[in-house]
Amino acid sequence: MEELAISLDTVWMLLAAMLVFFMQPGFALCEAGFTRSKNTANILMKNFVDFMFGSLLFWLVGFGFMFGSEGAGFIGAPNWGNLSFYKADLPVEGFLIFQTVFCATSATIVSGAMAERTKFSMYLIYSAFISLFIYPVEGHWTWGGGWLSQLGFHDFAGSAIVHSVGGVLALIGAVALGPRLGKYAPDGKSRAIPGHNLTMAALGVFILWMGWFGFNPGSQLAASGEVNRTAISHVFLTTNLAAAAGGVATMFLTWIKYGKPSLSLTLNGVLAGLVGITAGCDVVSPSGAVVIGLICGIVLVFAIEFIDRKLHIDDPVGASSVHGVCGILGTLLTGLLATDGGLFYGGGWHFFGVQALGIVVIDLWAAATGLLLFFGIKKFRGLRVGKRVEEEGLDIYEHGESCYN
Amino acid sequence: MKKIEAIVRKTKFEEVKEALLAADINWFEYHSVHGIGQSRQERIYRGVQYSTDVIERVALTIVCRDQFVDPTIKVILKTASTGEIGDGRIFISDVIDTWSIRTGEHGDTVLRDKK
Repeated sequence: MEELAISLDTVWMLLAAMLVFFMQPGFALCEAGFTRSKNTANILMKNFVDFMFGSLLFWLVGFGFMFGSEGAGFIGAPNWGNLSFYKADLPVEGFLIFQTVFCATSATIVSGAMAERTKFSMYLIYSAFISLFIYPVEGHWTWGGGWLSQLGFHDFAGSAIVHSVGGVLALIGAVALGPRLGKYAPDGKSRAIPGHNLTMAALGVFILWMGWFGFNPGSQLAASGEVNRTAISHVFLTTNLAAAAGGVATMFLTWIKYGKPSLSLTLNGVLAGLVGITAGCDVVSPSGAVVIGLICGIVLVFAIEFIDRKLHIDDPVGASSVHGVCGILGTLLTGLLATDGGLFYGGGWHFFGVQALGIVVIDLWAAATGLLLFFGIKKFRGLRVGKRVEEEGLDIYEHGESCYN
Repeated sequence: MKKIEAIVRKTKFEEVKEALLAADINWFEYHSVHGIGQSRQERIYRGVQYSTDVIERVALTIVCRDQFVDPTIKVILKTASTGEIGDGRIFISDVIDTWSIRTGEHGDTVLRDKK
């Protein structure tokens, strides 16, 4: 029976890994749809690079940085492709694949925010760096058994570890780049640069929604036995409810604010709900999940407006609001709404305090490494393509081929 | 010979075309055009309102003998109108000559219709 249980758990983990892998095409479609047709080959290429680099580098050293040295200290020991150090019931190679798809998800969040103006060669440096270092280090503090997890920090599937880190890096990347040509009028007023295909964007978001059924329930890393089958079913439900609530909140809010329900923002609202529920999907009740979704869907709209119109940071797909702001929000809301230990359930301030500390530390890490990385590249090599390349499209100049012929 | 150019709404094009054919105007070309005009479509993208200056219309180009000019204009005025801003324009100009590529003939008679 024990043998069978481990096999069942392994199959579930690998199935979930496949679903999370399928979030890559989701991101690719979503980002391609929200940007202009002259840059589509470029953004698709960036999505491929994130997964290709992530797969190789996370296997080679990232996995060791994250899970090595038995979770002691600041960073694990690099494993140089050797997986034998990791001891657990689940086969290590399957576990590596499962962790790889999470790492690549974090990496690929950034490409959308930096779309339509980044030098491809410089993007490669970023993409390698996050999978090699930024993600595995903070992952070590949390899922690797490091100091944050020992304090009781709870991020079940990665609102903070995966999404907020990607979102913070996306924001810093967009700041380092500056806005796309024509995004802001000379008087500072924000202009719309409509994406070229909202059908693609919508399909991408539906695919991401499906992928999340691997991302969150898969993070249980087990399916056998009553405890696990109940847990993954619960996580399926909370994940779905939060996504729906996020989309509904955004739809009605944009209807009230702008006079019409906005598709492009509702798509972001669904993702906001999903990102928000990721931290606490196992510890909040179904109604708690709806609350998280609603809050994330509402805050999202104001975050996008604030970043775009007040801060004048050009994030074409809204990655910093969806993954950054809602990732932070989801981590904090877990501290309030966890049925066991949450502030609203009489658990006192301790758990919420740990959540707040964790999210601050993790995002400071992302911000500090991101600032060094992006502004370093900007200073020494230049992060941005030339004016003519940007005007005529990165597809032709950076890749020599266009998506639409 | 005159050249009649008419810019009409995309939604009205089928009606105009049928009416022209019914009025024995059976040789014309048309294409989709983008233009600027008084018509405005307010749109919102990701919370930012913007007005699309670009208006999409169909342009018809009809070259006909003088006696067909008035009936053509009447047909277009009747079928392409909605009364709203953005119904379009009709332009009329002289045509110096017309050649038929198949027969090598030229002049007024090239545009001779069945009747």
